[in-house]
Amino acid sequence: MSDVAVVGFAQTPSVRRTTGTTNGVEMLVPIFQEVLGGLGLSTPDIGFWCSGSSDYLAGRAFSFVSAVDAIGAFPPITESHVEMDAAWALYEAWVKIRTGEVDTALVYGFGKSSAGHLRRVLALQLDPYLVTPLWPDSVGLAGIQARLGIESGLWSERAMAEVVARSRSDARANPLAQLSGEVDVEDLLAQPYLADPLRAHDCAPITDGAATIVLASGDRARELCERPAWITGIDHRVDSPSLGGRDLTTSPSTVAAGKAAGADGVSVAELHAPFSHQEILLRQALGLGDEVGVNPSGGTLCGNPMFAAGLARIGEAARRVLDGEAERVLGHATSGPLLQQNLVCVMEGRD
Amino acid sequence: MTKPLSAPLEVGFDYTRSLGPTLSRFMTALRQRRVTGVRGSDGRVHVPPAEYDPVTAEPLTEVVDVASTGVVRSWSWAAEPLEGQPLDRPFAWALVLLDGADTALLHAVDAGSPDRMRTGMRVRVRWADDRVGAITDIACFEPSDEPALEPLDDDGDPVTMITSPVRLHYRHTASAEESSFLRGLAEGRLLGQRCPACGKVYLPPRPACPTDGVPTAEEVELPDHGTVTTFCIVNVPFLGQRITPPYVAAYVLLDGADIAFLHLVLGCAADEVRMGMRVEAVWKPREEWGPTLQNIDHFRPTGEPDAPYDTYSQHL
Repeated sequence: MSDVAVVGFAQTPSVRRTTGTTNGVEMLVPIFQEVLGGLGLSTPDIGFWCSGSSDYLAGRAFSFVSAVDAIGAFPPITESHVEMDAAWALYEAWVKIRTGEVDTALVYGFGKSSAGHLRRVLALQLDPYLVTPLWPDSVGLAGIQARLGIESGLWSERAMAEVVARSRSDARANPLAQLSGEVDVEDLLAQPYLADPLRAHDCAPITDGAATIVLASGDRARELCERPAWITGIDHRVDSPSLGGRDLTTSPSTVAAGKAAGADGVSVAELHAPFSHQEILLRQALGLGDEVGVNPSGGTLCGNPMFAAGLARIGEAARRVLDGEAERVLGHATSGPLLQQNLVCVMEGRD
Repeated sequence: MTKPLSAPLEVGFDYTRSLGPTLSRFMTALRQRRVTGVRGSDGRVHVPPAEYDPVTAEPLTEVVDVASTGVVRSWSWAAEPLEGQPLDRPFAWALVLLDGADTALLHAVDAGSPDRMRTGMRVRVRWADDRVGAITDIACFEPSDEPALEPLDDDGDPVTMITSPVRLHYRHTASAEESSFLRGLAEGRLLGQRCPACGKVYLPPRPACPTDGVPTAEEVELPDHGTVTTFCIVNVPFLGQRITPPYVAAYVLLDGADIAFLHLVLGCAADEVRMGMRVEAVWKPREEWGPTLQNIDHFRPTGEPDAPYDTYSQHL
């Protein structure tokens, strides 16, 4: 089976609100032009298209079908969609290339969270019999998880604030970040609680945005790109949907996916952590030591385009290889409540 | 560029879900002010009940009664409750381990203040007065060392379905291209746009030509008459129907447009409508106009000779 590599990545700026429609077309048209233009490709060169988005976020049925307009799907294309983060669309595209069916694929994710009330919309991903009827919001649930870790001694409010301060500081080098700047940990800890024990800065911002990645197989990747980011391992696992039935202070699915994908030896990891304590949790679950640079882009805490942020983590990690800055990197994506489902993608450069 | 038009969009629907045997027993017991769990393959008691063992995937059937009192395992404070949540005053979300259970249940604790919350505190179920067999039969938990209200047997039928209302609120935004179309309609004008790549004229214009993937750009004003490309005769009554069947819904291709749109054709018997029929817009009175295609009440036959098939064969 053919090796697969990330050869291109583009994303929109992460912003609090766009004026575009919820079908994402306005955000997708420019990033498709950017990523394809950068590779010297056009629409008919892509063998398979795969997207991630959510109708609940858009507030309309089949919003992903309208999004296909952004492709210019003539002559007809081969296309698929996942109702989850586009990192899982990338997995589908990776399988499609591995089977030899196509040699290129373009993956994209988009979300206009500003159209609705994100904290309530996310209640619809919970158990529809026992949990959603109570309308628990995403921040309230994350607070329960954060407290479990704090009271178990796995992290602290200070350690969480330190994650935020480092992320915002790193994001100064990312012109597409929604939040960035030097912040003082003491000032952060002096802020009021949003959902005790979480403060507003512990929670990813509400973001409109989109991201896209182009994958290619062996020889095609080498033609398209000087230094492809070869996928050496990719795996995704899921934990029980029962929030009270699993250990929320760790993530068995991340541990398993990290092992299967081969997380050892990476120098950069982009972790999809919508809450500050989740970065610490994921770091522990993946066994990433202090020598690993985590979220040099600023991460999800500095911009969280729903259904694209996980794909963007893989893209941000791959970019370090494409640019020649790093040899071996890791991109992580999560889906579902409280890190229920996790995907790990390990990539490396080959000189 | 002027700001795109936007409007509130309310999405509301009631999901009805069948419960299956495990959840049916759990919900029926809630109606009777009892909490039940199920014993897992390893002997642990799952509350709420798991239908299948989370480790071995075996179906689980042994029902176990647990108490309506328990201990808070973790919590967060909801200072500003949101629509649909169990309480409309500040409360705690908590994972509650009921006495006799080995897994925790998510619910609300009516503690009044975060100062009254701590992990390890004792709580009991506050039962709803009107119970229907749903997780909301537990109104919330409350801090207490005392037992909860006694079970109340009923001879009602087992609960087999739940209804879950969903109400979501959005701000729907039209694209910039659609907005200029809608603003044109408010002035009685039909404003399409041309795709810069293929040259086709779209009405309404689009943020991306589906063939070329680029936004339509050059504005093209179109007349309010055109040709029926295809149609159907509606004979079926449905909720919200404005016209008594039979009537005709037709695709109308305005002269100069490359995309037809759906509208009504009235003003003749339904069985007289045909492909190629020439039609013109019948506008509502001007004072009723807004940024909507409903300004055109319907299309009616002009009486001109039918358009030759070749003039619309590429637009079917």
